[in-house]
Amino acid sequence: MLLSEIIDLLTCEVFAADEGASDVEIEYGCAADLMSDVLAFSRTGAVLLTGLVNVQTIQTAFVAEIRAIVFVRGKKPDPGVIALAKEKKIPLVGTPYSMYESCGILYMKGLRSTMEYAPTMNSRDQTGENG
Amino acid sequence: MVEPFLQSFVIEGSNFYDAGKASTEIKLILKQLGIDSTVIRRVAIATYEAEMNVVMYAQHGILIVEVTPRTIRIVVNDLGPGIPDIELALKEGYSTATEKMREMGFGAGMGLPNIRKNSDEFRIESTVGKGTTVEFTVYIN
Repeated sequence: MLLSEIIDLLTCEVFAADEGASDVEIEYGCAADLMSDVLAFSRTGAVLLTGLVNVQTIQTAFVAEIRAIVFVRGKKPDPGVIALAKEKKIPLVGTPYSMYESCGILYMKGLRSTMEYAPTMNSRDQTGENG
Repeated sequence: MVEPFLQSFVIEGSNFYDAGKASTEIKLILKQLGIDSTVIRRVAIATYEAEMNVVMYAQHGILIVEVTPRTIRIVVNDLGPGIPDIELALKEGYSTATEKMREMGFGAGMGLPNIRKNSDEFRIESTVGKGTTVEFTVYIN
């Protein structure tokens, strides 16, 4: 999925984007407010959906090779955050949708999770036993 | 063949604005040295977690990066409160973070486990009231 599709689907406002940013290919979706979770569970090529709007969001995205950041619930970054995103060349956009809605919209359009849960035979058995 | 490289960085405790600068600079250096991107990502994540630990808990710290043809070694030595129970601190989800740290998106109790997960060799030493040394190595091949 291209970043431009995400911008359209989530009716995003663009805070920082280099020329050609809308053609950035997004392979996975990752949603978290805890940056440690992003570091632990994200993959290269993901878009990060988050409600955390500070410089650590940008530093974390850079370290974890996140391709773009979407701030949810209409949150707006301050100029320092936008400047850092531009410096690191990470597209920064914001959506009025909540985290849950944003994830739902992208998931319905086929964007895969960075951390897909595949139940093992064991856990399925346990679910069965517990009704 | 990767060129040998050695550099140190000073990390200032409680300076959340500059937190991550050393790690992001190291990431760029490793890229310039032509190191594989998967290796760089592992080093960058582990280094960033270690750097954040200094910012969050210590007064200050020194981070040393040493690149040899086969390995990337990071040593982070801090002057800080130390860790009373290292086994506990290595458990995922265990955290002594403050509200301020959580506001910055950290303090989920994933730091040290995440450093260990992303490195091939990992060592930690700590003295309560003095400080902590975290050392980890990522193999280039």
